[in-house]
Amino acid sequence: MTRMTILGISAFYHDSAAAIIQDGEVLAAAQEERFTRKKQDAAFPENAIKYCLQYAGRSINDLDAVVFYEKPFLKFERLLETYYNYAPKGWRSFLTAMPIWVKEKLFLKKLIRQGLNAIEPVDKKKLKLLFPEHHLSHAASAFFVSPFEKAAILTIDGVGEWCTASICLGEGNKITILKELDFPHSLGLLYSAFTYFCGFKVNSGEYKLMGLAPYGDARSEQVKQFVQLIKSTLIDLKVDGSVFLNQHYFNYATGLRMVPDAKWEKLFGIPKRKPESELTQAYCNLAMAIQIVTEEAVLKMAQEAKRLTGADHLCMAGGVALNCVANGKIDDAKLFQEIFIQPAAGDAGGALGAACAAYYIYFDRTRKLDPGQLDALKGSFLGPEYSAKDLEAMSRKFQAPYKLVEEEDALLKEVAQLIANGAVIGWHQGRMEFGPRALGARSILADARNPLMQKKVNEKIKFRESFRPFAPVVPVEDVSSWFEFTGSSPYMLLVKPVRKNRQIPYPDDFKSGSLSATLYYTRSDIPAVTHVDHSARLQTVHKTTNARLWKLLNIFKAQTACPVLINTSFNVRGEPIVESPEDAYRCFMRTDMDYLVIGNFIFDKQLQPVWPEKDNWKQEFVLD
Amino acid sequence: MELLRDLWKFITARKKWWLLPLIIILLLIGVLIILGGTSLAPFIYTLF
Repeated sequence: MTRMTILGISAFYHDSAAAIIQDGEVLAAAQEERFTRKKQDAAFPENAIKYCLQYAGRSINDLDAVVFYEKPFLKFERLLETYYNYAPKGWRSFLTAMPIWVKEKLFLKKLIRQGLNAIEPVDKKKLKLLFPEHHLSHAASAFFVSPFEKAAILTIDGVGEWCTASICLGEGNKITILKELDFPHSLGLLYSAFTYFCGFKVNSGEYKLMGLAPYGDARSEQVKQFVQLIKSTLIDLKVDGSVFLNQHYFNYATGLRMVPDAKWEKLFGIPKRKPESELTQAYCNLAMAIQIVTEEAVLKMAQEAKRLTGADHLCMAGGVALNCVANGKIDDAKLFQEIFIQPAAGDAGGALGAACAAYYIYFDRTRKLDPGQLDALKGSFLGPEYSAKDLEAMSRKFQAPYKLVEEEDALLKEVAQLIANGAVIGWHQGRMEFGPRALGARSILADARNPLMQKKVNEKIKFRESFRPFAPVVPVEDVSSWFEFTGSSPYMLLVKPVRKNRQIPYPDDFKSGSLSATLYYTRSDIPAVTHVDHSARLQTVHKTTNARLWKLLNIFKAQTACPVLINTSFNVRGEPIVESPEDAYRCFMRTDMDYLVIGNFIFDKQLQPVWPEKDNWKQEFVLD
Repeated sequence: MELLRDLWKFITARKKWWLLPLIIILLLIGVLIILGGTSLAPFIYTLF
């Protein structure tokens, strides 16, 4: 019997991606941005598809189906109905949107065929194109790769076709939609509206707002007042977590901006923050307020999911599922025995979900669980990897001297010692991660105990805002010794406090200090990964999915008595995470990283030839 | 033709008949965009 191979695609909005599955096994998945080097590239994912096909050893004509992650006509229907309902308001947005739809997006089948044809000649009659709904793709991306036979599924994002949040029941190879929240009412768009008002980019700056929230002063009257204003004026938050947005205060349905600035400025008493301007305490307080409201809504949705399904497990996907602070609150509530969150929770993950939905639901294939695995995602290491020959070729191209350490233990001992001595390491190993987080394949690693490391890595290596926190990596066996958490968080999607006995509390009057004073106060034994509220965005490392990083952490522990490192994505601000050794070397040479470790090759910055670029390379990447 | 066939299937499935005139007008505009080039803008303004 031939194997059923299905290609999933997400594209034409943001963060295009492709994924390929074979007889239910996830073989490969990658985001287009990694190949084109354009952050959140929305173009047809030609390079990602080529990679997936190559990895699977299949041609397009061998595929049983190509599945796009949403229904374009249903989205078009939503647009038309929205413009009709709000007419004549919104004519400008209508005139901007419609030409793109009538010229391109309505012809999506043709666009997809053209894109595939550019890769190789496609037999049009043989090609089966399928279009599951956007939130079904999200739900499938979480449930079908989870380790659960039965689970509640919660999907929350900005908007798909109509749906903005859904509660489903996953059982065997079926997903049943139980409840949906429809556009224009959307928790994701509410969060994006605050992202916009606080001066960050919509669709990419949401995680900065989440990182900013702990700088708010929880004891202040202003935070309480902001929360009250949001709940009384902007939204109506129902007991099941549904949020109904007062459209008088929002513009996204028909306008070209998220909110009417003047109305929000009057409501909150602060001006819309200009991008890159100073972050004052009021914006930190506003970020904290919307985070509090979001957590309340997400928790209520999770409670409703539990009530409707009675399931012991929960799966989550959609952009809001990347709000790891809210995820941590669901975990704290102990509603479910276990939670699985799709690491590519945003639209890129829709490609994988679309392929899974076709395989299990459309083709009605049986789902087999592997009890020996954490889940079916292989640690999310689903992208390309490179051989020693590739590295040698890269080294020749840049005339880059290296040291090859053949024996793994010797290599890891040397790297651990370098980190303990204060070096910052570019770490490029094995298959690239799928999803927005670097999980130890394309990472920058550094010593979490060093109180100066957050500033150094933020300002001299990542060239990004100094307030932004870093995540810790820790072997799963050691997690409870360092954090208030027992369990696993392999995809860096849960926020938990640093263990109490390792925290250094603030003096009582400390919060009256400035943002930078708060930032540089040594808050724990591992200050570089401890956020200002003593929390940390945890990643547990498992021997089964990332043996090399797991060994490195254990060797570092043997040398220093600490098994925790900083793990941040291998890129600079505005740049997609590095994909190839060439990307890695370029990023290494442009920044103050001290060593680059690719496979078993160590590149010492001191020994490299002078890098010809000056600061002009920064213009290559649009700031996010 | 494939688009028209798919749109018809979609509308019969969704039973939102009132959208049909709007879609037809938009498709006609689409044809004008393809054929008319830059002369389209004033036409749109008189329509809406």
